[in-house]
Amino acid sequence: MSFWKDPLKVAADWLMGIFTGWGMPEVAAQVLISFLGVLILISILMVLDIFLVWVERKVVSRFQDRIGPNRVGPFGLIQPFADIIKLLIKEDITLTGADKVVYNIAPMLSMMSVLILWAIVPLAPTILSVDLNIGALYIIAAGAIGTLSIIMAGWSSNNKFALIGAFRQVAVMVSFEIPMLTMLLIPTILAGSMGMNAIIEKQDIWFVWLSPLAALIFLITAIAELGRAPFDMAEGESELVAGYNTEYSGMKFGMFYAGELLHAFTYGGFLASLFFGGYRFFGLEQVSPFLAIAVIIFKAFVGYWVIMWVRYTLLRIRIDHMLAFNWKFLTPLAFTLLIVTALVNALLAGASTWLYVTGMFLSNVALAWAALEIARSYGHKEREKTEGMKKVVTPSQGTP
Amino acid sequence: MSQWIYIGLFFFVGLLVPVGAITVAWILGPKKPNPIKQATYECGIETVGDSWVQFKAQYYIFALVFLVFDVETVFLFPWAVKLGELGMFAVVEGIIFILILIAGLVYTWRKGMLEWA
Repeated sequence: MSFWKDPLKVAADWLMGIFTGWGMPEVAAQVLISFLGVLILISILMVLDIFLVWVERKVVSRFQDRIGPNRVGPFGLIQPFADIIKLLIKEDITLTGADKVVYNIAPMLSMMSVLILWAIVPLAPTILSVDLNIGALYIIAAGAIGTLSIIMAGWSSNNKFALIGAFRQVAVMVSFEIPMLTMLLIPTILAGSMGMNAIIEKQDIWFVWLSPLAALIFLITAIAELGRAPFDMAEGESELVAGYNTEYSGMKFGMFYAGELLHAFTYGGFLASLFFGGYRFFGLEQVSPFLAIAVIIFKAFVGYWVIMWVRYTLLRIRIDHMLAFNWKFLTPLAFTLLIVTALVNALLAGASTWLYVTGMFLSNVALAWAALEIARSYGHKEREKTEGMKKVVTPSQGTP
Repeated sequence: MSQWIYIGLFFFVGLLVPVGAITVAWILGPKKPNPIKQATYECGIETVGDSWVQFKAQYYIFALVFLVFDVETVFLFPWAVKLGELGMFAVVEGIIFILILIAGLVYTWRKGMLEWA
């Protein structure tokens, strides 16, 4: 087995030989190798995270017709390192009124909740940390830790802005976790497994062709879960100063910031894995695992770019509108989509591939059209109600 | 079992990285605390009253509905995994289960509980 075909196993065997050669028991060597593997993956992620700061700043400035960082190094590439040095030498402030233990744990949990997600992201057919058979549920569980860290930060700061930010984050969580769970059920139905690797291996046809609506709803719920615009009520810098992280400074703030960026990138990776074939790209993943990693990173960046695009294009929506949008539109739609997918999947189980794909695609499109049509007519009725009232009022005031 | 050791390692290293970063920042940074710097921020004025007060969460009904849905959705995962093998009967049973869930949502909606109050 060559290094280019299965680098992880070759490296592990090589290290195993060295460690057992030192007289280490096999179990201890195994754990140590796993530890080194995790350490290397997380280090790469942290370096990527530093790079993401630059990407985010460059992209936002282009969206806002600016140039962005361009002074420190070529294209401003050294800028994030300058930022890190600045964050490191800032004073570490803990408020007198804050709950010190919870206040200090929150930023650490925020970062951790993102890093542990990478335990289940398959990077290549042979390179994958853990092939958990409950991968889909693990996403939700790890995401809940992230929300918990925001609640902890908001509550422990003993600051009213931070507290309201945390309250809003809870509102976002209680709305968008249901559609997200339901949308995770659809790749599960299509692949017949919850494991991320099994889901990717089943995607001879990308699941986005079988269920484009599910991919769209997953994207919306992912943006909400990330707390990014248009669902960034928890931060809401024009209303709540900085929301839940108002009282954080220095590296503790840096952890929230870096965690948020990496979280967005991670959800780009999940979107790619669940609906866009993960590391698969026309057989490229069979050539070399390194190409497969390049493919998934590229797809994750595309997902990340779409999330950024949405963030810098749409305006923040009001919290009651957000709740109404979720509970009156997205949740019923998600459950209807689940029913339709299960039915069509069972009805067309014996049919040819083309019929199956076309049937799934068309049922999705029809459902999306029907849902939008219902929402449109409802909105039309509501508008008529309020505007009709205005028409009654204006003539008496407006005409001289 | 070894999978969960791996996940445990991920938790450990994942916690180690931010702890390390914050500790380094704590060592490198200056330490000049003063009461004003450590006061609660409230747009320049002194804080009035405590932040840890009883706060009306207008969405608590949503939270209750969420709880029901969250638990019920977990029951759907085993169904979804084995759906391909179980055939039409399981599909219909699952659909009835989901319809009962939706009936609960419709009931809450009709009762006017899905409004921001």
